[in-house]
Amino acid sequence: MKEILNKGDNMKQISVFLENKEGKLRSILKILGDANINLLALSIADTSKYGILRLIVSDNNLAIEKLNEANFTVREDEVAILEIPDKPNGLNSILEILEEGNINLEYIYAFSTNKLDEATTVMKFEDLDNAISLLEEKGAKILKEEDLKDI
Amino acid sequence: MYLGESLKKYGISLDEINLKAGIFGAEMWTEEMRHKIEETLGIKALNIYGLTEVMGPGVAQECLEQDGIHISDDHFYPEIINPETGEVLGDDEKGELVLTTLTRDGTPVIRFRTKDLTSLMSGNCKCGRTTKRMTRITGRSDDMIKIKGVMVFPSQIEKALLSVDGVSPNYQIVVTRPDILDEIEVKVEATPDLFFDEMKKMEEMENKIMGEIRSEIGIKVDVTICEPESLPRSEGKAVRVIDERNFE
Repeated sequence: MKEILNKGDNMKQISVFLENKEGKLRSILKILGDANINLLALSIADTSKYGILRLIVSDNNLAIEKLNEANFTVREDEVAILEIPDKPNGLNSILEILEEGNINLEYIYAFSTNKLDEATTVMKFEDLDNAISLLEEKGAKILKEEDLKDI
Repeated sequence: MYLGESLKKYGISLDEINLKAGIFGAEMWTEEMRHKIEETLGIKALNIYGLTEVMGPGVAQECLEQDGIHISDDHFYPEIINPETGEVLGDDEKGELVLTTLTRDGTPVIRFRTKDLTSLMSGNCKCGRTTKRMTRITGRSDDMIKIKGVMVFPSQIEKALLSVDGVSPNYQIVVTRPDILDEIEVKVEATPDLFFDEMKKMEEMENKIMGEIRSEIGIKVDVTICEPESLPRSEGKAVRVIDERNFE
C-alpha cells in the first residue's frame, strides 16, 4: 500500500452515519473507491432506524473530505489495533488482561489480512491510553500505522 | 377504546353496564373511530364541540341522528371565514369557525377566531331541531397540532430542540395514529455533534433530546436522527409538520 496512514500515535477510525436506506452503504464505498482509498476493516452497528459504519481506511483525511462533500456525517475516533495470536484462547487472553485491569471494551471488530498466524482486531476503549499501556505491558502487540502497510 | 379493552379484560359484558350513548370531544376524531367505539362499547358515539375561550365543551353537540353538530346558536353566533382573507363564506363552504357569544355577561367574545376548520351545513336535521349544524372539525388554520388531546405548537418543539447543542434548525414532526392513539416522531439531522461511533452514545443523545421535548410539551415523542440534508430546508415556509392522521 503506498498511501501513508494518518499521523499521530494512536490509530484512528472513521465512522459514518448510515441511514437505513437502499444503496447507502454502496454509495459510501463508491465514494471511497473513486478516491482510490483502500478499506482495511469495516463494521456496521445497526438499529431499526440507522446504522453506524466504522472503517479503517488508507487515508482518513481524504476519506473525510470526500464523504463530507457528499453530505455524509463523519467522525474520527482513536482506536487500538491489536494483533492477536490466531489460536484457541487468543482473544480470550487479551480480554482477560482487560478484565483484570478493569478496562471497558466498547466494541470490537476484525480485520481481514493475509497473515496466517495472527488475527487483527480493532478495539474501542473509553480510556484508550490506559488500555494501550496495559496491553503493551502484558506483551500484546499493538499495531502502528507503519505496520498496516504490510497488511 | 381503553374502557372497552378494560371491560373485556375484567370479564364484564356490555349488557351489565347498561351504557346507551357516549359523548366524545377534546380532539379530532374520524367516522372510522366512531364505528370502532360504537362496536366496542355497544353505544351511540356522539361528537361534542367547544373551546376553553368560549365556554369549554358544549358550544355544539351532535344529536342521535349523527348528522352534523348542532350549534347552540341561541347563545353563540357562528360564522365561517376564509382564514387567509377573513371573507365570510356561505353554507357548506369549508373555512375557519368564528364565534360570537350572544348571551354571555362580563366576558363576551366577539368574532373569536377558533382556528378550527369546518363548515356550516345547509338545511335542517331530521331530529327536528332547527339550529345551525357544523360538520366534524377536520383541521386547523394555524400550525397547532393536538396530540393525545394536548395542544402542541411546532415552535415549542423547536425551542426544546435548539436547547440541545448541535441540533440543526432543520427538523420535522411526523404525527401518526397507527391504531387509536397518536404517535409523534421528531426527526433531526445528524450533525457531527449528534453523531457518535458508539450506539450507547447515540441512544443517550436521542434520550436527551426526547427529555427536552417532553419537559416542554408534556408528552413523550420518538426521536429519530436522520441523514444530513434529508429534511426540507426552511426556504420560505418549511414543511415542519407531517400529519398523517386522516381527519377528513
